Amino acid sequence: MSSKKILTTISFLIIFFLNIEKVYSIEPDVFVQSTVNRAAKTLGGNLTKKERIDKLKEIASETVDINGIGYYTLGTYRKNINDKQIKQYELLFEQYFLKSFSSRLAEYSNPEIEVVSKKKINENYTMVSSILVSTEQRPEVKIDWRIYTKNPENPKIRDLIIEGLSLARTQKEEFSSIIQSNDGDINALFSTLKEFIK
Amino acid sequence: MNKIILLLLMSLMLTSSVNAGTDGENNFSKKDKNQVKDCFESINRASFSLNEGLDQIIFKPVAKAYRVLPSSVRTGTSNVLVNLSSLVTIPNNILQGDLKKAGINVGRFVVNTTVGILGIFDVAEKMNFPEYEKEDYGQTLGAWGVGPGCYVVLPVLGPSTVRDTAGSFINILGGDPYYNASTHGNNEYLTTSQYMTTKILTGVDFRAKNLETIDNLKKNSLDFYASVKSLYLQDRQRKIANANATIEVLYEGDWEEIDSQ
Repeated sequence: MSSKKILTTISFLIIFFLNIEKVYSIEPDVFVQSTVNRAAKTLGGNLTKKERIDKLKEIASETVDINGIGYYTLGTYRKNINDKQIKQYELLFEQYFLKSFSSRLAEYSNPEIEVVSKKKINENYTMVSSILVSTEQRPEVKIDWRIYTKNPENPKIRDLIIEGLSLARTQKEEFSSIIQSNDGDINALFSTLKEFIK
Repeated sequence: MNKIILLLLMSLMLTSSVNAGTDGENNFSKKDKNQVKDCFESINRASFSLNEGLDQIIFKPVAKAYRVLPSSVRTGTSNVLVNLSSLVTIPNNILQGDLKKAGINVGRFVVNTTVGILGIFDVAEKMNFPEYEKEDYGQTLGAWGVGPGCYVVLPVLGPSTVRDTAGSFINILGGDPYYNASTHGNNEYLTTSQYMTTKILTGVDFRAKNLETIDNLKKNSLDFYASVKSLYLQDRQRKIANANATIEVLYEGDWEEIDSQ
């Protein structure tokens, strides 16, 4: 092989590897649409309520940044607890989140969600806007998705903003209220989470 | 005499609200600029429990019964109530300096009241008028820089803030043309009881539209009181900022330091 050919091959390989991230990155709007399609298929299928909830939990585990939401929800309190408590919190929060999330969604049957636009906020976040199509029982609902795009190959959902109301923020203020009404004791939150998970 | 008492009460609320707003901003800027103080938490929680009880006994069953009505009847009722609300929205558009929206809303009200038969049919929507956004005196006070003051839960009426409660008083002090016409109008067509009926219907319509959502929220909340408080305050913050499309900006700072990948 001539040196010119070797140089061309090496250049090609360098360019290929530099672009590999772009090749495998997933656009946030495509990610949201495919996630809601998966969820809609589950909710519209002939599954029992338990099967439906289990399937929704599986989808949420793959597509939602549960740990990220957990840290956000804990707010400034996460700086005042030790590593052991953080681990305990991560475990409890994951179970709480999956139960709460799947239970909220399981109430809907045949939801039709259409992704309408996306807006990149910065390197780490893109907001994807969608519409939950109206039915006889309820009006159209606007849902915005905060997508964490730090790793573009593996985007994750960090928040759902329904008609302008952030679920993560509501959860954060709820957790803060529980800790505050127990004189800042994080164990009170752990007990409440355990009670909910039961 | 009643008006004087109301005016005094409102002035007192607004003064305390302005102070609370300023204090809050200074204190919370270190923690969370969006946070509103819950100065009367124990009273608020008691009031919240009372409202929950009333909801179970009265509001929820009434809302369920209302849901049995044909959807065309419910849509017509809802349209009439929205149309009436524009009588408060229009002066607030003007007070906030948004004359363009005020003009559009006057057009919407005229079209829906006449062609739409007292607002039963939303003809303006069919004519591609821009999406309607309600405004009230609480939002105007917020837009003028009056802080929310403390969070309060009013018996029967539900969540509010000192500023928003003061804003509601403006309606009955002459700020709501529908109230003026029905209560002080000396006309044979409108009465105070009709005004009260429309207010009750507004509550029933809201509850009926949110039956499953509220049940679901209650079932999945660790602290239902805190959830409702958070949702109410977020909603007011968004409405005052008119931030339909830019909601993400309000909370951006909170997310920046979370790194899990």
